[in-house]
Amino acid sequence: MEQVFFFYFAFVIAAASVLVVAVRNPIYSAVALLIMFFHVAGLYVTLHAEFLAAVQIIVYAGAILVLYLFVVMLLNLRQDDRYHRQWPMAAAVGLTLVIEAVILTAMKGWTTPVIAAGTETTVGGTGNTEAIGDVLYSTYLFPFEVASLILLVAMIGAIILAKKDLGEPTEL
Amino acid sequence: MTELSLRLAVTFAQIMAEMGIVVITIATMTYFERKVLGWMQDRMGPMEVGPYGILQPVADGIKLFFKEDITPAGANKAMFALAPILTVVTALIGFAVIPFGPNITMDVFGITVKPFVVSDINIGILYILAFASIGTYGIILGGWSSNSKYSLLGGLRAAAQVISYELNVGLAIVGVILLAGSLSIVEITEAQTGGFWHWFIWGARPDGFFPIHTQIFAFVVFVISAMAETNRIPFDLPEAESELVAGFMTEYSGMRFAFFVSAEYANMTLVSCVAASLFLGGWNAPYPGTIFGYVGLEQLAWVEHIAWFAAKVYFFLFVFVWIRATLPRLRYDQLMRFGWKVMLPIALANVIVTAIAVYFFPRG
Repeated sequence: MEQVFFFYFAFVIAAASVLVVAVRNPIYSAVALLIMFFHVAGLYVTLHAEFLAAVQIIVYAGAILVLYLFVVMLLNLRQDDRYHRQWPMAAAVGLTLVIEAVILTAMKGWTTPVIAAGTETTVGGTGNTEAIGDVLYSTYLFPFEVASLILLVAMIGAIILAKKDLGEPTEL
Repeated sequence: MTELSLRLAVTFAQIMAEMGIVVITIATMTYFERKVLGWMQDRMGPMEVGPYGILQPVADGIKLFFKEDITPAGANKAMFALAPILTVVTALIGFAVIPFGPNITMDVFGITVKPFVVSDINIGILYILAFASIGTYGIILGGWSSNSKYSLLGGLRAAAQVISYELNVGLAIVGVILLAGSLSIVEITEAQTGGFWHWFIWGARPDGFFPIHTQIFAFVVFVISAMAETNRIPFDLPEAESELVAGFMTEYSGMRFAFFVSAEYANMTLVSCVAASLFLGGWNAPYPGTIFGYVGLEQLAWVEHIAWFAAKVYFFLFVFVWIRATLPRLRYDQLMRFGWKVMLPIALANVIVTAIAVYFFPRG
């Protein structure tokens, strides 16, 4: 049963990701991305990470993608403006990824997989949300604080970019 | 017939029952709103169809069903069809985690069922927030695909408005989550058992009366922001008829239009259910225990619980109509300033104060 769900989600994620970059209309790209986010959330649910699934939808689908759509609609992009000559770059990135995939597939079996400390049995007792909070404020406290600092910098940067007249005295 | 198929059948029956209740509530609301608005404006409201116009929702439904379904020229057909469906599905799906009765379990052919909640998932409130944010797509895509400037402007306004106010809704809920220690609406409601002073709007600790953890500020922020998220007057800028005809649904007709309207009423009902569950104790009576329990009819206590829940939800629905009859529409910049400069600081301060209060005066 879990296998069936996994393959369904994985297939839709792969197909939708291809559609995001393949379709011509940017609105269709955004809708494909929405479908993709949904199925990634579904994958989290099959892994018993319900909190992550909800946050995935709230943050990515509910906030970030809406802003994308907002911008796409306001700009009303022409199709020829959107596609620059990006083939060399795309080929370079694609080739790197293919090589990486081949190497990883070839190396399978050479190394023993590292089992993560937090297995499902340890999480099960306290609940998914508590487990994430616990880990975030103990083991990963430093990266968490660094991330929040970066977000603060980004917020201040956005304010400075948007308010160009911040240094000048305001006229009343 | 295995356990799985039995479970599916029971869940399906629960969903059908709950959908029936919600659809009846939506139909009632269309009548109730017009009637209450009429009374408040010294009119009669609908009077023609049935006694006191009580069959008006039926007549409206039949009329909308037989209306011509128009797709405007140059519209994006797929998106134009998808938008109302997306809106109404996301509005209805949130009811799955709302407990409208006490948290009891029943045995149905050997499997345990919670009869008054379709699915008690441990992230209930986040689930509702997630699908509420997906509902925006219906409005944006409907506005964009109609190939009309009124619709597009309405859709864009809706997007900006919902993003701004969703933040306030989320932050207002954080205080309640801190008090209950759970994201499940069932557990949040259960944490408020034992009299109105334990409701999170008053916020007494389980052993006292003093409102040390009061969430009254969060409650006010939540109700105002939820009203903005459902695009109701005074926050109905996405469909402001004096400037945008009907906003994102200008080009819609017939059943697709009915989908948008019923989604609005379903969203109203949903946020009323959430407000009642999070701040007003959900199905808990304002006194400890139940009257049925005191007279020795403990097995009928659920009737009283459901009655209290319905009373609270309908109180909120009445407030929605009341505010529509009272307040004029905000200007767009006022709406944004109010959301970001008034509501957001209050919600943030509430989170900090509640966190400190819970740390120094832990609950039980």
